[in-house]
Amino acid sequence: MTILVIAEHDNKVLAPATLNTVAAAAKIGGDIHVLVAGQGAGAVAEAAAKVAGVSKVLVADNAAYAHQLPENVAPLVAELGAGYSHILAAATSNGKNILPRVAAQLDVDQISEIISVESADTFKRPIYAGNAIATVQSNASVKVITVRATGFDPVAAEGGSAAVEAVAAAHDAGTSSFVGEELAKSDRPELTAAKIVVSGGRGMQNGDNFKHLYALADKLGASVGASRAAVDAGFVPNDMQVGQTGKIVAPQLYIAVGISGAIQHLAGMKDSKVIVAINKDEEAPIFQVADYGLVADLFEAVPELEKLV
Amino acid sequence: MKVLVAVKRVVDYNVKVRVKADNSGVDLANVKMSMNPFCEIAVEEAVRLKEKGVATEIVVVSIGPATAQEQLRTALALGADRAILVESAEELTSLAVAKLLKAVVDKEQPQLVILGKQAIDSDNNQTGQMLAALTGYGQGTFASKVEVSGDSVAVTREIDGGAQTVSLKLPAIVTTDLRLNEPRYASLPNIMKAKKKPLESLTPEALGVSTASTNKTVKVEAPAARSAGIKVKSVAELVEKLKNEAKVI
Ligand SMILES: Cc1cc2nc3c(=O)[nH]c(=O)nc-3n(C[C@H](O)[C@H](O)[C@H](O)COP(=O)(O)OP(=O)(O)OC[C@H]3O[C@@H](n4cnc5c(N)ncnc54)[C@H](O)[C@@H]3O)c2cc1C
Ligand SMILES: Cc1cc2nc3c(=O)[nH]c(=O)nc-3n(C[C@H](O)[C@H](O)[C@H](O)COP(=O)(O)OP(=O)(O)OC[C@H]3O[C@@H](n4cnc5c(N)ncnc54)[C@H](O)[C@@H]3O)c2cc1C
Repeated sequence: MTILVIAEHDNKVLAPATLNTVAAAAKIGGDIHVLVAGQGAGAVAEAAAKVAGVSKVLVADNAAYAHQLPENVAPLVAELGAGYSHILAAATSNGKNILPRVAAQLDVDQISEIISVESADTFKRPIYAGNAIATVQSNASVKVITVRATGFDPVAAEGGSAAVEAVAAAHDAGTSSFVGEELAKSDRPELTAAKIVVSGGRGMQNGDNFKHLYALADKLGASVGASRAAVDAGFVPNDMQVGQTGKIVAPQLYIAVGISGAIQHLAGMKDSKVIVAINKDEEAPIFQVADYGLVADLFEAVPELEKLV
Repeated sequence: MKVLVAVKRVVDYNVKVRVKADNSGVDLANVKMSMNPFCEIAVEEAVRLKEKGVATEIVVVSIGPATAQEQLRTALALGADRAILVESAEELTSLAVAKLLKAVVDKEQPQLVILGKQAIDSDNNQTGQMLAALTGYGQGTFASKVEVSGDSVAVTREIDGGAQTVSLKLPAIVTTDLRLNEPRYASLPNIMKAKKKPLESLTPEALGVSTASTNKTVKVEAPAARSAGIKVKSVAELVEKLKNEAKVI
């Protein structure tokens, strides 16, 4: 068995989610190869070669892959991946965009967002916003799988010494082009990789009030998230949404502030190690999953918390 | 321009589903079923394109049991012109659904196909991307903005770090994210009118599509329950617990 892992990167840095994906591959067992498709992504390939457990890094360097356009990257992955037993990618917005296109090209069903490996062909994945866990078995010749990072502890970023090999295959479908992107800039840790997450909901009332959460987060070295209600109301940008249809996080500590605890929100954070809820309504469903609940007005509790930590 | 919209009948998003005692699946007897929320957004986007004069005809398609006619009628009441039901009583995988949608695309030749990004039952997030692979069209997934101009469409996509805009040649596939639009409600007169709009029934066999699957669901279980903890009385007590009991700060 040889497994192909698709590297998640921005042509400069190998994203941490790749380490969780390699961890899932290691659980399946067998040789692990990593594909770096991009443009001028030499540093990423070097980083991938150092990842523990990786035996080979394939580099496809081409302008057509610069922005991870699925019309160009999926045919590459399908061509290279056809000879592998498994193709794995992180369940990031990029992995979710590309991998189903690969699966359809290979004429196999995909298994989305696995949270555990039961055996080389059997996996667990949440369905219905995490209200049920399905065990799915695949008899596909190539098993195409996206991996939920929170299900697997990352492998070490250092320690390996894989061979790096260039692949010539160039696919440019000509059906799509990159126009531009607007990326949020933040000095705080990335939401899905942070050890502590402080999230605000509709109870924050407006975007300006999020300054209380930023102050608390900066003292804790935490990242800041939000409920969909807070994003929809325009308090904060969409990439901060935690939940079934936002980001899935499982930090050591999750502090939910002014969030009621709808199932769609819980789906994104209920695997956190310790959950704290601050809400003025003692009946709020968030208290049913919280290890520590504080019934209080957030505008008093959060500044006080910031002072005491 | 003809727009094809795929809509799925799913458990209503307010329902908290329960796993069946024999672990064969979730209990869907007597629970409220609705149109997948992302599909409502897809229908709304198509209707807005028609109101702007960009779309000339909206065809909605659903693959599922005969009861999926309810969701198709809802889409017709919201402004779609006609509906197609591909009737299948079995649970189909995303790939099977994508193959059936490809057969409908071949028949209907739409310029734009709009789907939801994810169905809230199986949470797969696959079908649109798979349909794009099978048709060879460009894909604009997780769309928060869709602008058709001439023979291309610009799609702004919600991605992990923010937003990305791509330009796709038509015909193309778009999947909707939450903030693309806010779907309207169907008015009573429109619900009445929808009853008279055409609804065609097809079968996978008639479309010549095999729905065989490489995946098998072995079992479905309830997730490990998380029990409620304690209520603290003050911020000071909270900080003390986090430091000394949970040891996370
Ligand atoms: C298809 C679909 C997908 C969805 N996906 C997601 C998702 O990914 N993530 C997500 O979060 N939601 C998602 N939702 C939305 C979800 O159903 C809820 O509507 C949302 O999570 C509610 O956000 P909230 O808790 O911030 O707001 P509310 O439910 O309005 O709760 C606000 C809370 O703040 C408290 N509060 C108010 N003022 C104060 C104060 N001064 N001090 C203390 N507490 C206060 C209130 O008591 C209340 O409990 C989705 C919905 C659908 C239909
Ligand atoms: C217990 C259980 C376990 C299952 N396990 C699996 C499994 O492991 N793997 C698997 O692939 N499937 C499984 N299924 C089948 C699953 O429910 C879906 O029907 C199928 O996978 C389609 O994927 P989706 O709806 O998640 O598609 P998504 O890709 O999440 O849906 C995106 C969009 O595609 C369109 N679409 C999807 N389905 C239809 C449709 N029927 N008609 C019209 N448009 C549609 C809609 O626009 C929708 O918003 C299981 C079902 C059950 C009940």
